[in-house]
Amino acid sequence: MPESVDAWQLIAGGDATLFAIVRLSLAVSLSAVAIAVLVGLPLGALLALTRFPGRSAMIVVLNGFMGLPPVVVGLTVYLLLSRSGPLGEFGLLFTPAAMVIAQALLVLPIIAALARQTIEDLWSEYRDELTAMGVSPAGRVATLLWDSRFSLVTALLAGFGRAAAEVGTVMIVGGNIEGFTRTMTTTIALETSKGNLPLAMGLGIILIGIIIAINAAAWGLRLWSERRAG
Amino acid sequence: MLNRRLFAAIAAFAMIAVSGIPAMAQDKSIVVASTTSTQDSGLFDYLLPIFKEKTGIAVKVIAQGTGQALDTARRGDADVVFVHAKAQELKFLEEGYGVKRFDVMYNDFVLIGPKSDPAGIAGTKDIAAALVAIKDKKAPFVSRGDRSGTHSAELNLWKAAGVDIDAAKGDWYRAIGQGMGAALNTAAAMDAYVLSDRGTWISFKNRGDLQIEVEGDKRLFNQYGVMLVNPEKHPTVKVDLGQAFIDFLISPEGQKTISEYKIDGKQLFFPDAKPERS
Repeated sequence: MPESVDAWQLIAGGDATLFAIVRLSLAVSLSAVAIAVLVGLPLGALLALTRFPGRSAMIVVLNGFMGLPPVVVGLTVYLLLSRSGPLGEFGLLFTPAAMVIAQALLVLPIIAALARQTIEDLWSEYRDELTAMGVSPAGRVATLLWDSRFSLVTALLAGFGRAAAEVGTVMIVGGNIEGFTRTMTTTIALETSKGNLPLAMGLGIILIGIIIAINAAAWGLRLWSERRAG
Repeated sequence: MLNRRLFAAIAAFAMIAVSGIPAMAQDKSIVVASTTSTQDSGLFDYLLPIFKEKTGIAVKVIAQGTGQALDTARRGDADVVFVHAKAQELKFLEEGYGVKRFDVMYNDFVLIGPKSDPAGIAGTKDIAAALVAIKDKKAPFVSRGDRSGTHSAELNLWKAAGVDIDAAKGDWYRAIGQGMGAALNTAAAMDAYVLSDRGTWISFKNRGDLQIEVEGDKRLFNQYGVMLVNPEKHPTVKVDLGQAFIDFLISPEGQKTISEYKIDGKQLFFPDAKPERS
């Protein structure tokens, strides 16, 4: 980041460094959410629709994990991916991949827990009908997921918000390497420590703007598809 | 049907997201564990592009305190360490984690404090007497408290002043456990004294009412050293690329480059590598 500039100059000038940082932040957080969705929705549906010993305990733990401290997740992933750790041979520490893994672990409980609640609520409403129609278990899951898609988008946005806003895990497992693992939040932390408070604040406002823009896009998509669905 | 569309949407979403990530395997790059003072002072932003231009090697810097940087290297997560706490560096070498240590450059520490100067030490040259005055007045003092090179230096200075800081610390002594810039921000906010390396101080932009109180004492000397992580401990260390970076730092060209890094016309680091690789 150049010295002695304010954030508005960076935006107005289409600063390439800033653009790369924003792109990396979005790529990491969106990838983490995508992974969390692929694992979390089936997991949520499973917990909502099946009954097995220890299910309640699992739900409590899952709900509790929505509040996982990012710094602890970061440290855990750090120790796993470190060259001296069990997964060290892959050399993933201090790479964007490590940041995706760590953020996916943070987001997964949010998406799985919210999906479980949403699907379970809907199931109590649909149960008689679906059972009477003789719909297969897979068909039930598909119907429930589809009919609760608008609520699930909110779960997804909650997960994305968590990932995009956190600094604890990406700082530890990414290392805040310039041009490689430096994200919006770690840049803000760095500029703050340089005493560059106006630039740090400006970048913070940009980050908030991006998060709001993504939420607005999701909202617009929802309105559009609701209208289409009639 | 609808679900297939949903999954296609999610998959497309994931692909777009992942495609934004830079190539995972960069051809020629090394990881250097270094200190917050070298990063916060802007030295790397200036030096590394020059090195990359010359050799094509990208240097990825992890800026931590010296203690943490050495730990990162001990775990095998860095190829080179570039830090400033000689006692800790020699211990690292003794344990067999480093190949060899080279002096690179020095700057000095300065004692920063508020213009109001409650301990009455502004302009004095004796750092030990100044610290004793701060302790006696119980004037607020911010300590890094993070096993960094600057923290080690601060502890040595308390010792030199004959103060047992563990026994003497009270409300006035605030160990914040963060980097150099954060310590300066904290000192600016609470009008406290703080020990800083001169490079970070010169480039620091949020000074508030802070100024240099004590400078020029021989004991404020701050030596930086560089070491290759021992490939016998960690075979993944990129020996050739790491050594190329070290060779550049201590070469006449690298030394000249370091001496040319200035902010507001002030030189931040003074190269002092020995001419021969002894």
